[in-house]
Amino acid sequence: MNAPASVLVVGASAGGLAVAEALRREGYAGKLTLLGAERHLPYDRPPLSKKVLSGAWEADKARLRSEAELAKLDAELVLGDAAVHLDAAAREVTTASGRSLRAEVIVLATGLEPRRLPSQEGLSGVHVLRTVDETLALRADLLAGPRVVVVGDGVLGTEIAATARGMGLTVTVVGPQPAPMASQLGPVVGGYLARLHADHGVELRLGVAVSDLVGEGGRVRGVRLASGEVLPADVVVVAIGSRPAIGWLEGSGLRLADGIVCDSRCQAAEGVYAVGDVAFWHHEGLGTGLRLENRTNAVEQGMTVAANILGKDRPYTPVPYFWTDQFDAKIQVFGFLPSDAEVAIVEGDPARRQFVALYGSRGKVKGVLGWNMVKQTRQHRQHVVDGTAWTDAVGKAILVPR
Amino acid sequence: MRVIVDLPKCCGAGQCVMIAPKVFDQQDDGIVILLDEKPPKELHAAVREAANVCPGAAIRLEESE
Repeated sequence: MNAPASVLVVGASAGGLAVAEALRREGYAGKLTLLGAERHLPYDRPPLSKKVLSGAWEADKARLRSEAELAKLDAELVLGDAAVHLDAAAREVTTASGRSLRAEVIVLATGLEPRRLPSQEGLSGVHVLRTVDETLALRADLLAGPRVVVVGDGVLGTEIAATARGMGLTVTVVGPQPAPMASQLGPVVGGYLARLHADHGVELRLGVAVSDLVGEGGRVRGVRLASGEVLPADVVVVAIGSRPAIGWLEGSGLRLADGIVCDSRCQAAEGVYAVGDVAFWHHEGLGTGLRLENRTNAVEQGMTVAANILGKDRPYTPVPYFWTDQFDAKIQVFGFLPSDAEVAIVEGDPARRQFVALYGSRGKVKGVLGWNMVKQTRQHRQHVVDGTAWTDAVGKAILVPR
Repeated sequence: MRVIVDLPKCCGAGQCVMIAPKVFDQQDDGIVILLDEKPPKELHAAVREAANVCPGAAIRLEESE
């Protein structure tokens, strides 16, 4: 296959930028366009809930590349203009400003959009955090209002809670899970995380549902739980998860499910690929479809897609990696942590908040979790790559009761 | 090639160590240690890969050869 005459990348964050850069690195000399809905130059999202929200970093620090580095891409950068329609057969994207962009190959990297509570419309003081603008707006409100309620106990909710608490605020986390990040980490390590937050003064209201927000004069005043209790709040952060940004693709001709459905090469249709949080692709090694919402996936998938655009035939089969930094904890996860997994502590001691845990399912190691034990975590990652037998990997380690 | 690490951006993933262990190592807290600021030519491909996949975008390369 010859290199296409033109490539249009829709989405100018980590995944889209990775595609563009990888194409140039591989010698692609054709026309390259990077289309982004936000007006900002491409920036990194993980620091938003931590160093940017706390004020430790100016927002510019989260920028992925300098203007000089971006200029070297020799790409047309179209920013502040959302894609609103795709005709996959025609390889044509229409933007909000009315532009029509055509290319021989189109890469879709439009990421996620945050879920919202029905009652948050029209209430000031209620925030979601996805973009840098949302982060700065939340920070401004936090500096003015000392009582914060975070609705949602996943990765983003707990990160925001830790950051806000570190800013000296009174923080309550409300969520449906029995422990924070239980759906990511399992109940055991979720329990350790709950203790970490409690030890730092975050109030946890776990295993409860939120029925609605309470407002007064257009400003949020509290969060009403399903029990009827109202938690007073000056600021509310809604962090109840995200969905892939695929609404604009209805009628495009693409298969849409939990994201854009792709084959094992991340191809969604002839001349159309998807990358990053929005891509649901067939993982050949696992024999199943998958969508990964993490930073490492965006770049690695972007590199694979660039290679495939240029005629390689590369299945995308990563070992997933994600991390979260909360208070003084760095929690890292390689692979998968199945909810029904056996868990074994193979290094360190959870009581000292320094350990490595293996997660096993169906007789094999499926995932590794490290808590403030970076080097050892990296070493144990090999068990995930190798599919090590559970009994071999665990040996005499302490099995954690389920 | 000259390797520059923006330490505050390092998030301790260790991908760089896995890919280019002669150029990158990690402190116990995960922060990268640059072992060789000007790696030899045979390591350049691995160093480029490490810079590309870094999830903190913490590694920058100055290439002029």
